[in-house]
Amino acid sequence: MVRTMPILLMDNDQPSSHSDPRRQLQMARSMCWHCQSEVTGEYFCERCVKVQPVSKETDYFTCLGFPRRLTLDVQKLEARFYELSRTFHPDFYQRKSTAEQTISLSNAAVLNTAYRTLRDPIQRAEYLLALETGSVKNIRTSPPADLFEEILELQDTLEEYRASDHGSDQGHRLRTTLLTEQEALERRKEELESQLRRLFADWDKLQDAGETTSSARAERDKILKQMRDLLSHRTYVNNIVSDLAATIA
Amino acid sequence: MARIVGIDLGTTNSLVAYMKDGQPCIIPDRHGRTMVPSVVAVTDNGLIVGDSAKEHLTRNPERTVYSVKRFMGKGLADVQNELAYFPYSLTETDGVIRIRLGQKSYSPPQISAMILKELKLRAEAYLGESITKAVITVPAYFNDSQRQATKDAGLIAGLEVLRIINEPTAASLAYGLQKNTQGTIAVYDFGGGTLDISILKLKDGIFEVLATNGDTHLGGDDVDRVLVDLFIAEIREREGIDLSGYPDHIQAVRLEAERAKIRLSDELKTDIAIELPEDKGCFTRELTRDQFESLATSVIERTLTPCRMAIKDAGLTTKDIDEVVLVGGSTRMPLVRQRVEALFGKPPHCHLNPDEVVALGAAVQADILSGGTTDMLLLDVTPLSLGIETMGGVMSSLIRRNTTIPASAKEMFTTYVDGQTGVDIHILQGERELVKDNRSLARFRLKVPPLPAGVPRIEVTFLIDANGILNVTATDMRTGQSQSIEVKPSYGLSDQEVERMIEDSFKFAAEDIGARKLIEARLDAESLFKTTDKSLAEAGHLVAREETEAIRTALSQLSTAKDGTDPRAIRGRMAELEQAAKHLNTVMLDDSLKKGLQGKKVSEVS
Ligand SMILES: Nc1ncnc2c1ncn2[C@@H]1O[C@H](COP(=O)(O)OP(=O)(O)OP(=O)(O)O)[C@@H](O)[C@H]1O
Ligand SMILES: [Mg+2]
Repeated sequence: MVRTMPILLMDNDQPSSHSDPRRQLQMARSMCWHCQSEVTGEYFCERCVKVQPVSKETDYFTCLGFPRRLTLDVQKLEARFYELSRTFHPDFYQRKSTAEQTISLSNAAVLNTAYRTLRDPIQRAEYLLALETGSVKNIRTSPPADLFEEILELQDTLEEYRASDHGSDQGHRLRTTLLTEQEALERRKEELESQLRRLFADWDKLQDAGETTSSARAERDKILKQMRDLLSHRTYVNNIVSDLAATIA
Repeated sequence: MARIVGIDLGTTNSLVAYMKDGQPCIIPDRHGRTMVPSVVAVTDNGLIVGDSAKEHLTRNPERTVYSVKRFMGKGLADVQNELAYFPYSLTETDGVIRIRLGQKSYSPPQISAMILKELKLRAEAYLGESITKAVITVPAYFNDSQRQATKDAGLIAGLEVLRIINEPTAASLAYGLQKNTQGTIAVYDFGGGTLDISILKLKDGIFEVLATNGDTHLGGDDVDRVLVDLFIAEIREREGIDLSGYPDHIQAVRLEAERAKIRLSDELKTDIAIELPEDKGCFTRELTRDQFESLATSVIERTLTPCRMAIKDAGLTTKDIDEVVLVGGSTRMPLVRQRVEALFGKPPHCHLNPDEVVALGAAVQADILSGGTTDMLLLDVTPLSLGIETMGGVMSSLIRRNTTIPASAKEMFTTYVDGQTGVDIHILQGERELVKDNRSLARFRLKVPPLPAGVPRIEVTFLIDANGILNVTATDMRTGQSQSIEVKPSYGLSDQEVERMIEDSFKFAAEDIGARKLIEARLDAESLFKTTDKSLAEAGHLVAREETEAIRTALSQLSTAKDGTDPRAIRGRMAELEQAAKHLNTVMLDDSLKKGLQGKKVSEVS
């Protein structure tokens, strides 16, 4: 039998796989698509005042006019997003040509993705990691090494609980165990998040210093590696916590 | 730019509005009525829409369609459990419900188009210009098929639908314009057939939707049904009559149930009276608000789950909501207000006219599109996740619910076996894991070059536009060529069918205009008949006997003409009656003036 259902080429577990900039931004810029003069203005051709497509090379940080840092002022980000929405939203292109409408639509879609990605600290970090390491693959989720045993056990308890009569004594006992586990894992998640925040600050400091020495490069790679591991652990723990919460709710 | 009107195409009532000097206004008909009941009747003399069609609900139940919005973008299986409530017969062709009326079948977009045409004519008559562009509202929780069906309805009605906008967000525009509020608001819209809840952040003219949720099959209709079921059961028990064989009486029960419900919003108890078939007399009972509320509470309770989900999805708690705005006729129920207040912990804002605010907001959005209003911008979201079917019958999400629109996502596809020449893409919408639990939107087949498995690279882009409608494009990444794909909607009309319906609608337009003239002539004749008859009774003694005789003759001639089908004959008889009663009217006017003057001091008259 010929299987004609699609095979996804990209790992599709996480929404962040769609925010890969190299797939998201497709139109190139430098020459105005309309009058062919060189574009110097930020979003509009200064000669013919036509809106320009967001360039292929533009990453989400550049798109929203923020440096590649992991701590950022969310109020300012929002203000910038609103401002750019007023620039690109299709509502304001209703009376323009079809070409301009198409550009406005695609720019607005990119802007929305950019804002959604940068607004959330975790997605922001995952995105930055993808940018810096040039990896298109998702960060695989993996359990923290020291939690491995514990989580295997937890999976068993979960299975047992699902199969049990929730009203029975055994059901109650399992539920209590799971609740305690949930609390412990929530704490672990918070711990991972505060470790991440410290790492974010380290990254920003290193970027601000702007050194290009080999030791700075090594430091940078070290931070990125740590960040990748922490992010992957955090996602793993987070998934388990939501699974737990859903089961005992 | 030609004027764009705003239309609220409701389950129960529809309205059209426009922007006048920076303020949105509803366009009334010539009797000053703002709402057009969303009812279409097929009579022997043609189609009628609105108030006059409403009369046919009990007279002609099999040929009078109401609540057609519940069928938009649906297949027959979706509405199986409510078929018993509808007196007209429903079938399905090509995944689209068809409503059989007399000799013809109509799709829900065609019926909706008749309502839209009525609104279009109303606007044209009022504004004295041709109207070809509109913004039309839909429930925020409408899926892609339902939105597409609404757009099709516009096309069939001869309207270019410049934007499909969500009802609660439209309401927020009207609200924001009036109140100039900043902060977080929740719009709870409970209408005739649908429930929507939207959480928005209002800041410096930006209306950003944070989350939306709802149920497109939950409204005042469902509250009515609780009462209908009760009355039908009681009639069976007490009177031994099974009403299921009497569609006209079922309609009468439904209408009485709705009226009783409405009365109980103001009164604590009310009397029910339902005429029984075959001269079996009348079924009567008293219904108290308490009794009603204990029956309706399960329906009202169901509206609260979507509210909680929306608040959660917005990442907020009820404490973060600064204001709750009520929209839709069903929010007039005291029980609804209580439950909403209890949920949000603050009394809701209900100073807007819940019937009109959606249409007013649509007019504001129309003004934004035409460049009139420039300081307001609505950033809406897609209510449901969008994805595709992958191997194993699992849905893989590409765009999550509550993502700000426009939104896009890309996916790269390849093949599973060597030499495969096509890949089937099945587009889904919904929140569930498995394909079968989500809504199938459409399917299409991607052509791939016959290459070893895994080598072809086809990139598919999903783009949700500002209407919340999905557009799909595909590119062969190896050649860079874009592929035209023919998307087959799962629950929608094909483009060809819409084309044909547009043609049909032009063909029938001439007939419709004829029918319309007749109906209008009859309505006018009716009102002239009544007023003249009344004058005759009140003041007949003031004029000569020959005159009253002449008026009586003219009255009976008009009455005969009214039953005929020639609008010109009716107008002619009306003119004759007006002529015959002219003197009587003058005499009456003098008389009433005289009476009015008596008892007034001379100084007051001048
Ligand atoms: N005073 C009232 N008390 C209770 N219900 C009422 C009252 N007035 C109207 N309704 C109900 O409100 C509903 C109609 O509301 P509305 O006109 O807002 O709906 P709609 O816009 O046509 O529907 P939808 O938005 O669901 O498509 C009907 O079910 C009607 O019975
Ligand atoms: Mg409504």
